[in-house]
Amino acid sequence: MLNTLNSLFIAAVLAGTPLLLGALGEILTEKSGNLNLGVEGMMFMGAITGLAGSYYYEQSVINGGGTPSGIVSAAIALVVSFAAGTLGALIYSFLTITLRANQNVTGLTLTIFGTGFGNFFGEYIGQQAGGYVAVSQVTKDVFGSVHIPVLSDLPVVGRLLFQYNWLVYFAIAVAVVMAWFFNRSRTGLNLRAVGEDPAAADAAGINITLYKYAATVIGGGICGIGGMYMSMVTTSGVWVHDCVSGYGWLAVALVIFATWSPARGVFVALIFGGLTIMRMYVSIPGLPAQIYDMLPYVATILVLVITSMRESKEHAQPKSCGLNYFREDR
Amino acid sequence: MSGTTQYAVRMVHVTKAFGKKVIANKDVNLELKKGEILALLGENGSGKTTLMNMLSGIYYPDHGEIYVNGEEVSIRSPRDSFELGIGMIHQHFKLVDVLTAAENIVLGMKGKAVVNRRQINKKVAALAERYGFEIDPAKKVYNMAVSEKQTVEILKVLYRGAEILILDEPTAVLTPQETEKLFSVLRNMKKDGKSIIIITHKLNEVMAISDRVAILRKGEYVGVVDTSKTNQEQLTEMMVGRPVSLEVERPAVKKGEKRLHVIDLTCLNGDGVKALDNVSFDAFGGEILGVAGIAGSGQKELCEIIAGLYPAIGGAVLYSGEHNGVPVQENLLGMKPDEISKKGISMAFVPEDRLGMGLVAGMDMTDNVMLRSYKSGKGPFVDRKAPKKLAEKMIDELEIVTPGVDAPVGRLSGGNVQKVLLGREIACQPSVLIVAYPVRGLDINSSYRIYDLLNEQKKKGVAVIFIGEDLDVLMQLSDRIMVLCGGRVSGIVDPRKVTKEDIGLMMIHVNDSREGEAKA
Repeated sequence: MLNTLNSLFIAAVLAGTPLLLGALGEILTEKSGNLNLGVEGMMFMGAITGLAGSYYYEQSVINGGGTPSGIVSAAIALVVSFAAGTLGALIYSFLTITLRANQNVTGLTLTIFGTGFGNFFGEYIGQQAGGYVAVSQVTKDVFGSVHIPVLSDLPVVGRLLFQYNWLVYFAIAVAVVMAWFFNRSRTGLNLRAVGEDPAAADAAGINITLYKYAATVIGGGICGIGGMYMSMVTTSGVWVHDCVSGYGWLAVALVIFATWSPARGVFVALIFGGLTIMRMYVSIPGLPAQIYDMLPYVATILVLVITSMRESKEHAQPKSCGLNYFREDR
Repeated sequence: MSGTTQYAVRMVHVTKAFGKKVIANKDVNLELKKGEILALLGENGSGKTTLMNMLSGIYYPDHGEIYVNGEEVSIRSPRDSFELGIGMIHQHFKLVDVLTAAENIVLGMKGKAVVNRRQINKKVAALAERYGFEIDPAKKVYNMAVSEKQTVEILKVLYRGAEILILDEPTAVLTPQETEKLFSVLRNMKKDGKSIIIITHKLNEVMAISDRVAILRKGEYVGVVDTSKTNQEQLTEMMVGRPVSLEVERPAVKKGEKRLHVIDLTCLNGDGVKALDNVSFDAFGGEILGVAGIAGSGQKELCEIIAGLYPAIGGAVLYSGEHNGVPVQENLLGMKPDEISKKGISMAFVPEDRLGMGLVAGMDMTDNVMLRSYKSGKGPFVDRKAPKKLAEKMIDELEIVTPGVDAPVGRLSGGNVQKVLLGREIACQPSVLIVAYPVRGLDINSSYRIYDLLNEQKKKGVAVIFIGEDLDVLMQLSDRIMVLCGGRVSGIVDPRKVTKEDIGLMMIHVNDSREGEAKA
């Protein structure tokens, strides 16, 4: 029993990490007043480009007669997936901030675009590689569980806390930094003002356009890294068609569940992660797998009901989220 | 500061248009001397705020030059503006609700990467003390009363070292006492060498605070006069363009029978706090009952409960009147608007939010008039002829300026929108007429037309409940005034027997006025 619980916990952390990254990216975006529904698309873009970056790096080194380095390969995956996410977010930002297009429509379009982008290039690279595309063992090893001397060897705790892949710790670090940024830093204070009340922030001399672009683009990059997690860790460096499959949407729901707080995001990502892999650990005979798949969404609906019932100004969506700002609007 | 120039700000031939049709400012010249208080006077829509927004960096002028301290400047953003030492206190406060007072004040300023809250709180408190403000720097803005928010706004510009302050209708939300306090702060600032522009359309305040008055009319500059050499009549004439009588009539009408008997009405607001607390009063036919109070003292809830739009948790609203010669006596509490009208009670309500609650902005006049009558027809089709006729009659009688009955009401000016709404409500021959802030945002002409309409209804024997904000008007128009304070009735008085100050005190104290004075 205890063993099952431990396994469930570990699996929940592993499944929750891409959700956390997606949600953190979206929290940063929404704090600037942009509701980017393109998380799923940006995750797809990060997923394929991260994988492709590693794969082409390995191929070029092997063709040159050398041996690829796993760490370089992982670093390339990180940078490239971040860049792909920012590219998606940049399209979104240009449309909504500069051209003031409708945010919902633009975000949905980005999701459709990113999904197509990811699947198309995934299949294309797979065809070129002769059936399917996969990174080599050295890269897979880097995305495997880490071994921290002493800590990882602790009984139980070591397995529960110190034996994950590096992206898990990376995601938690991003959450901590972001929490500090919103609550303590001057730039974070300004960013919150932009998302809450751009007119007030503008009158206070804050460059709204700059803040919105920066937050949205960096947020998109973080979502892209979340996507890369899906292709490099969840599917072990093999491109699987539709591998992001709804995780981006769960991340958007997670933002609400976390009430726009990066720190709470860590815990709710764990819960959501647990719900998504529940069926492998808690099986009730006769209950179809589809019922389990519904759990995260049911939880999302419940959370929406609960959060809309209690009205708290601090734990709510930034007030201007979803609205475009135009200074001379009357 | 030795004599480089005597002007803090000079605007020369400034023009600003929105789109092709709306010219908000046309060839305006304005001069602000150093160390003076200049009142900028004009009716609503005369371009006062637009003109000032060009100084604060919200708008950029299409033509013309702006000089600050003698040098030509180009103000492209709010940041440019406060780097020139200009600070504007907007009418609609530009504060972030979820942040504290101090956070709002330091917002957007350069400084260390980490915000040291203890340190900024201290600095803000020290600044507040210097000018005689009372404020808790750590209080969140959404917990603040309007006057506190205004204090934060003023501190915000002072904290940035503004030498030129612009206040956009600062007294609109204040009680007479708070206004007096604000004025004394402004005089302190003037002594401190600051130059101040105050935008207003209240003549008595212009006379009380300013050194000079600049007047705008329909976006054009009319002229500037020394306050000591002018009077309210001259200012009105300059503002409106022709002489206007400033008297509000109060025709003597024999008090009719009791229409509404409201007993111990209590309700909660969205946060579960009592918005109305045991409110009791009577409204008689042939009388205008004024309701005074600081914004948010429960006026909105009171109107909406009587009209059947808001739930109460206790009390009663007893109506007595007659319908087709048959006496009607009902407790209206808990009835929906259509249930009320089914009982044969004609209740008219002109809400504060005209285009949100009163009319549908995107629909034309006929359709809006029809909203009141479409249910009365038989069969599945609506009758459009009768409402169209009524709409045409309203345009004639109320002098509504519109391209026609087919134009969406959202495109009409504020005064005309109000006439459409009030006209429609009056057309159903109400026995009770509730109007909430009927002249808010209206110019002097339209306002007086509205007062006349209310008086006509009073003469017809309608019980009029008039929620107002301008105490002068309330006192001239109403037969009795009920004063609300924090959802409680602090008194029902005869406006001929009390002073404005008495009512002002009642607006902030629930006790009777003498006790209130002792406390203050």
